[in-house]
Amino acid sequence: MRQRIATAFATLIVATIAMPLLAQQDTQKEIERYRQLLADGNPAELLEMRGEELWKEKRGPKNASLEQCDLGLGPGKVAGAYAQMPRYFKDADRVMDAESRIVHCQVELQGLKREDVVKRPYSLTQGERQTEHEALTAYVVGLSRGVKVAVPQAHPKEKESFLRGEKMFFFKGGPYDFACSTCHGVDGQRIRLQDLPNFQKADNAQRAFTTWPAYRVSQGAMRTMQWRLFDCFRQQRFPELAFLSQASVDLITYMGVKAQGGTMDSPAIKR
Amino acid sequence: MKSKYLIALCVSALVAGCATMVSGPNAPTDAEIVAALKASFKETGPAKLDRLDQSDLQRACSIAAETGKDLDPKVREALQSKALAAVKYPADGKYLGDWKRGEAIAQSGRGMQFSDAPNTVAGGNCYACHQVDKAEISHGNIGPTLWNYGKLRGNSEAIVKYTWARIWNSHGFNACANMPRFGDAGILTEAQIKDVMALLLDAESPVNK
Repeated sequence: MRQRIATAFATLIVATIAMPLLAQQDTQKEIERYRQLLADGNPAELLEMRGEELWKEKRGPKNASLEQCDLGLGPGKVAGAYAQMPRYFKDADRVMDAESRIVHCQVELQGLKREDVVKRPYSLTQGERQTEHEALTAYVVGLSRGVKVAVPQAHPKEKESFLRGEKMFFFKGGPYDFACSTCHGVDGQRIRLQDLPNFQKADNAQRAFTTWPAYRVSQGAMRTMQWRLFDCFRQQRFPELAFLSQASVDLITYMGVKAQGGTMDSPAIKR
Repeated sequence: MKSKYLIALCVSALVAGCATMVSGPNAPTDAEIVAALKASFKETGPAKLDRLDQSDLQRACSIAAETGKDLDPKVREALQSKALAAVKYPADGKYLGDWKRGEAIAQSGRGMQFSDAPNTVAGGNCYACHQVDKAEISHGNIGPTLWNYGKLRGNSEAIVKYTWARIWNSHGFNACANMPRFGDAGILTEAQIKDVMALLLDAESPVNK
């Protein structure tokens, strides 16, 4: 935690120097706010707690909790599960990332309607309360903290997901001709002052994969891995990535396999 | 690429070999990838699904990046010549606009995103990847520095036209360059490109101090 704060602070100092003079006063105020937030630890911890309550609460037409949700390690086993996803689930006959599986359990165990659950997965407007999906994801990923990434590749569909993800990672398209690899395939690249992980390097991939979901101080909200991809593709000038889509799962599989052996440290805190 | 290899293997091994190959993971074909992507994205705002239909250049450069193999020299030459031949130079022969407006364009990262409002004025987002005016410390490093661009190169007709073409479609010089086709793809207007040109080439621009 202390090291994280130090890193965040170093980023802030750089950002401050970089600000044009006119923006300095606003920046000062923002920095005060950052300081207060960081001094109290990661606000995502509150979201993890809310997620735990939601997880254990009896809800939906079936009046059931999510406690018997099978995240791949067997019903009721949440600890360490996120670090081993995406993975193949026999009951759905497909590869699912953690966020897909949480929604799956809400539908199957609680009897909630899928279209209702997926309608608004992210809290995108300023000051909007974090969504239940974000809270549940925070809880699930938090229980993999300190666990090594081990995304399974034994099942043919897991391997296929990786192979599709790999192709999608290098897929150039849109009016800007960008692929994921344009920014995330070379060492030491930056957009503005933001360092970009090179997914061809294990240490880079590990650092990125193990720190999402993350609390984004600049947005005052915890963001999930599905959101991370959604927002990358926005800047890539692609159409809108659909929540829990095949491409999203395949790319998370690809990144997870590239990050094998890294130690989960999420929800992290980022600028 | 991998799928072609598999097919070739299958053909050579004939029926017996194919039966065992199919039970393993199937490498996706390019068509399958495009289909999977189209099923995974939604049309929102200005961003339509046809953005996932790759041009020949996009396909060739995707494969080059994935395999780590450079383009075939003939393919490269053909793609670059085609890009260069389609550059539209300003009809009035004036290449330099206002460097102050150019700086604002270089700073703005708006435009063409699914989240952008219909009438959004697009920027060039030059600072995302390039150092331009040294006074702006928040710049990326994916592209080379443009500090003192005009001071170092002068403003001969050759340099001015080269710079225009490079902004219009950088693939004319390097088929798989990362830089967007600001003119060719309609990201910036001709007038906006003139302003960015002034930022780089005008002796009064802070870039050339």
